[in-house]
Amino acid sequence: MASRQVIKRVKYKDTVKDPGTPGVLKMSEEEFLFMPHNPKSASKFNVNFKTIKAQKNTKEGSDKPPWLNLSNNQGRSFIFEFESYSDLHVCRDFVAKLHSKLGETSEKSSLTCPDEQLSAPEVQLRIKLLKQNSELQKLHKLFVTGGVLSEAEFWATRKKLLDGDSSKKSKQRVGVKSIMISDIKPSSDGRTNKITFNLSSEVIFQIFAEKPAVHQAFLNLVPNKMTEKDFWTKYFRAEYLHSTRNAVAAAAEAAEDEELAIFLKHDDSLASEIRQKIRRVDPTLDMEADQGDDYTHLPDHGIFRDGSKELSESPHELSRRTLSHDINRHAAVVLEGRVIDVESEDSRKLAEALAQSKQADKEDEDAKLERFSRTSLMTEIEDLQAPHDLPLAQLCIKNPRDYFDSQQANALKNSKDTPGRVELTSGSLSTQEAYGSLRDSVSTLKAMGLNDPIIKPEVSFKVLNVLTHNISSTKYHLGKNPGESVLDRLPNARKDDLLHHWTSIQELLRHYWSSYPITTAYLYSKVSRLKDAMSQIYQQLEELKETVQPELRHQVSRLVRPMQQALEAAFQHYDADLQKRSAKNGEKPNGYV
Amino acid sequence: MKFEIEDVTVYFPYDNIYPEQYAYMIELKRALDAKGHCLLEMPTGTGKTIALLSLITSYSLSKPSNPVKLLYCTRTVHEMEKTLAELKNLHNYQLTHLGPAARLLAIGLSSRKNLCVNPRVLASENRDSVDAACRKLTATWVRALAAENPNIPTCEFFETYERAASAAVLPPGVYTLQDLRAFGKEKGWCPYFLARHMVQFANVVVYSYQYLLDPKVAGIISKEMQRESVVVFDEAHNIDNVCIEALSVSVRRQTLEGATRNLSRIKQEIDRFKATDAGRLRAEYNRLVDGLAQRGSLPITDAWLSNPALPDDILKEAVPGNIRRAEHFLHVLLRLVQYLKGRLETENVEKEGPVTFVSSMNTQSGIDQKTLKFCYDRLHSLMLTLEITDTDEFLHIQTICNFATLVGTYTRGFSIIIEPFDERMPHIPDPVLQLSCHDASLAIKPVFDRFQSVVITSGTLSPIDLYPRLLNFHPVVSRSFTMSLTRDCICPMVLTRGSDQLPVSTKFDMRSDPGVVRNYGKLLVEMVSVVPDGIVCFFVSYSYMDGIINTWNETGILKEIMQHKLVFIETQDVVETTLALDNYRRACDCGRGAVFFSVARGKVAEGIDFDRHYGRLVIMFGVPFQYTLSKILLARLEYLRDTFQIKEGDFLNFDALRQAAQCVGRVIRSKADYGMMIFADKRYSRHDKRSKLPGWILSHLRDAHLNLSTDMALHIAREFLRKMAQPYDKAGGSGRKTLLSQKDIQNMGDGSVDEMLH
Repeated sequence: MASRQVIKRVKYKDTVKDPGTPGVLKMSEEEFLFMPHNPKSASKFNVNFKTIKAQKNTKEGSDKPPWLNLSNNQGRSFIFEFESYSDLHVCRDFVAKLHSKLGETSEKSSLTCPDEQLSAPEVQLRIKLLKQNSELQKLHKLFVTGGVLSEAEFWATRKKLLDGDSSKKSKQRVGVKSIMISDIKPSSDGRTNKITFNLSSEVIFQIFAEKPAVHQAFLNLVPNKMTEKDFWTKYFRAEYLHSTRNAVAAAAEAAEDEELAIFLKHDDSLASEIRQKIRRVDPTLDMEADQGDDYTHLPDHGIFRDGSKELSESPHELSRRTLSHDINRHAAVVLEGRVIDVESEDSRKLAEALAQSKQADKEDEDAKLERFSRTSLMTEIEDLQAPHDLPLAQLCIKNPRDYFDSQQANALKNSKDTPGRVELTSGSLSTQEAYGSLRDSVSTLKAMGLNDPIIKPEVSFKVLNVLTHNISSTKYHLGKNPGESVLDRLPNARKDDLLHHWTSIQELLRHYWSSYPITTAYLYSKVSRLKDAMSQIYQQLEELKETVQPELRHQVSRLVRPMQQALEAAFQHYDADLQKRSAKNGEKPNGYV
Repeated sequence: MKFEIEDVTVYFPYDNIYPEQYAYMIELKRALDAKGHCLLEMPTGTGKTIALLSLITSYSLSKPSNPVKLLYCTRTVHEMEKTLAELKNLHNYQLTHLGPAARLLAIGLSSRKNLCVNPRVLASENRDSVDAACRKLTATWVRALAAENPNIPTCEFFETYERAASAAVLPPGVYTLQDLRAFGKEKGWCPYFLARHMVQFANVVVYSYQYLLDPKVAGIISKEMQRESVVVFDEAHNIDNVCIEALSVSVRRQTLEGATRNLSRIKQEIDRFKATDAGRLRAEYNRLVDGLAQRGSLPITDAWLSNPALPDDILKEAVPGNIRRAEHFLHVLLRLVQYLKGRLETENVEKEGPVTFVSSMNTQSGIDQKTLKFCYDRLHSLMLTLEITDTDEFLHIQTICNFATLVGTYTRGFSIIIEPFDERMPHIPDPVLQLSCHDASLAIKPVFDRFQSVVITSGTLSPIDLYPRLLNFHPVVSRSFTMSLTRDCICPMVLTRGSDQLPVSTKFDMRSDPGVVRNYGKLLVEMVSVVPDGIVCFFVSYSYMDGIINTWNETGILKEIMQHKLVFIETQDVVETTLALDNYRRACDCGRGAVFFSVARGKVAEGIDFDRHYGRLVIMFGVPFQYTLSKILLARLEYLRDTFQIKEGDFLNFDALRQAAQCVGRVIRSKADYGMMIFADKRYSRHDKRSKLPGWILSHLRDAHLNLSTDMALHIAREFLRKMAQPYDKAGGSGRKTLLSQKDIQNMGDGSVDEMLH
């Protein structure tokens, strides 16, 4: 999206059968321009995007070439044939984004609502949010595109999502499996002496990351000197030799085959990396510094063969690679996670990307500062002073329902010791009393200040527990078997329908109630729009109840009833309000306040 | 906060204070008033360091006419950095409350390798070559040559420092090593020599044990410290071992071969000088006649390690005539090396005292005791005369002269042990001749004599009456503090049986039993699935750890562990271990969780904290006994029995248990912290072992937790973690207060603190 312009090489076709005129397609924010290679050709044109109504394109994998078809409001269509599907996708996305943006502005201009000016990043953020959340997207499509709500109205209730923070939120890193490479066991067919290793791109990445020597060798040798398959065969041969712990055999093999020796030798390329890393280590655990500190570091100074000292065997050069070394290295790689963002089956590409990411990896000032602050944090005694605010990583839940569903297990377990449901006591206080108590609490707040934390942790925990319990249990507890919900027993299409109606009702009601009291003509029109939409849904719910299988009807009607009740309440309010208004200012025309 | 202890106003950088910190300060104050030594044991995680620092700096602020200087000794550089960071906090606090009056200068001192900023010197691999590279650029004769010939390289940092002369001072403040380097870089002054110079003027000096205990180092660095200093040995539970190491030397074949090479090189140098500059050698001879073997006032850059013998034992007289001439001395050294070579060729283990050794040397190669005694100083003088800068090449002959001087000076408390091979690996011949010191009190005696107050403190000094005997001193205060707890935030357990109810132990006959290894593995597998964040495991030795990890790897236990947490391992390679630790901490920080495998007497156990989420559980697999058949250990035990009437078994138990306590004691940083400790060996349930643990662990070790199997331990762990996850009142709600505010302290007398603690 950063690119405000897209230039691609295409062939322009008048009709589908037309062989096409080769040329260059240039798309900017306002218009797109086609320039044929042959300057004499008459097909040069430029078209404003505002006139474009729709776009179509061929699917990847179909036997058709990559075509993009843009049709304008006069019914003319422009067909472009691209060189590849990736080009096509770039252009398609570009047009789609422009289109949605133009659509917005045009829609907005047609409304009388308080207009808002959107900057490009805001629009991007909205598009991103819609993409991430399928539910939101559905609602958006239904109401905004359906004309019930305006774009601005739709987003007004979701200000939180639009907060700047979420846009800056860093992408979550992808992890690496915790399994060790040496645990990749070969499979044998049991008859011959052959064994087979299965390699995936993930495993290859892991090998490259844990063994820089192999990585380096791969870059050097493949494909100039040997094929990738030969390379891996050799690698696993070396690994196999290593695993047999037959140092003599390994040495003999290494002497014969210098490429094999690379894999068996101690990894020297790690050393420089290590030296770089050790400089960034937290000084409070830098044991390397101690090594240089004792002035008594004369060789043979002190007791050499003491009972408390360990002996180190002088190891064979090839067997210096110990298991603990491998484990440390492995854990470090897992901790670092997947540093590159390449999803590719091609191990060559993988290797190159990894090499690049290593070069880019340089220490910056931030890391230094962070290290200092960590040192000082390490030295403080936490409970002798006011608490620090620890940095926290935001929890990113893409689909809230998943979260609550997973909470179900906990909720069920705890259902015995939670006090059932929250009793919603209807207010029995008079307004006077309520006001009095509010005033009291405000004055105590003024005197005492707010406690920190404002709500006691125990209390908030309890509340949260009960709330999540309720959310998940309303869905689940309806069935006789607590593990199985009513929804799960419904056919999938029905279930989706119900959930969809539920969310749309929620959305509509939220807008509906927030527009009262009606003070402007704009709100008035909005309310009536909403009311129409709601009565439509009401109808649909009725139909749904009718059409459902008899054995489920009872359950479904139990599910639908609260929705209908909520809608009925809204309708009643609407009618009452209408009556009141007409009674008050009957002579005035509708929609005027 | 700010409060009074008798006549001293103490500035403490936090809003609250633990009662035991307050009591600790009171005891410390009394020791300082009495100008005597003291021995204080306080559990880890109660803020010993900050209590110490804030009392002593406040004490010195309250007596502006005669301020005491603080020499703070740590065992490691990272502890040094941590101490200085705490001091920085404290200093900032004092500055805001007292203004410029509170200004002090505090520096950390380390070797050239950790302080040098010259990129050319730093390029060298290890510390010896850093030292030599530095000498090559800064020795007086090199600089004299460079003054005439601009092509000879010098160190620009040192030159600017020298040019600044007396103007080169550090402004008051607290300087960690990093700060010193930054300051040096900014000013263009050499941080190492600046720090060495400033040591005399600093109010607080933080450095390593060796700088005071090892006579070779102390002779050049701590020589000029005034008597009115307070010396603090923090984490001092191993101080006896440091003292012994400081006075011990071992000679191996490589040493002797290297020494022979050194001697032939020295011979060449002498011949060269004879031909070109014979006057120099003659001048040296005259100097030696006048008895000037010791450097009087050498320029700071030429200073060497001093005499390995303690200052009081060095003879202040002229060098004996037979080694005054350079070539004569060379012959003596050649004979000495030859004699040692002969002794190394033995087939059996030999053990003798210094007196017999010296007399047999005298009869066989004609070197008498007095000559031996002067070897080190004579060598030093010769090297200076010959203008040798690449000192790292001459370490071997230095070792030999070290040995000679020590063996010539001391008649008791030492023994010489010659072993043809290591008993644990009899097939590899590796003869070694060791001069082993048995008496820890020898090395520390000058420190006790010279300074008015010496504070020995640690989290584990139990049994507290043993240390005065081992170190041969009389403390005016000797106290062991317990921990006042708001809640039971530590949970020690003794695990005696595995999940199959069979006993577990690392006893020699059981340790290779596959059942024990499996049971240990199962214990860890169960624990990693229950305990959040970091888990630390200690093994009794590297070889045992390697073996057990290999077995776990083969049987798939390691894989199961890895499903829950990342695994990091301490290796003998310090660099790798440091990186592994760093990664371990990061894994704990980011919530991934990790297990760290470490060794009870290793570098990690010695000084790395596993507090807060870095260690929610420590498992000690086995009892970390020393290798009891070691000849040196046997000789030391014999000495201890004969001189101090300490029984062998008692000492071995004490030594093993202090290591174990040290390992597990690093999980707690403050009372808000919590952690579990599992002693996984059936021997811990026996009273003679268990009772050696420090009181603050014992008091939490319930009888019900003394004989557990894996499943029971797991249950207890679950319960404990659930309990700890609940919110609690930090100040200690009912009855005893565990967190004092300024008001609380003003309201009570001294007596009530004691009441609170007991």
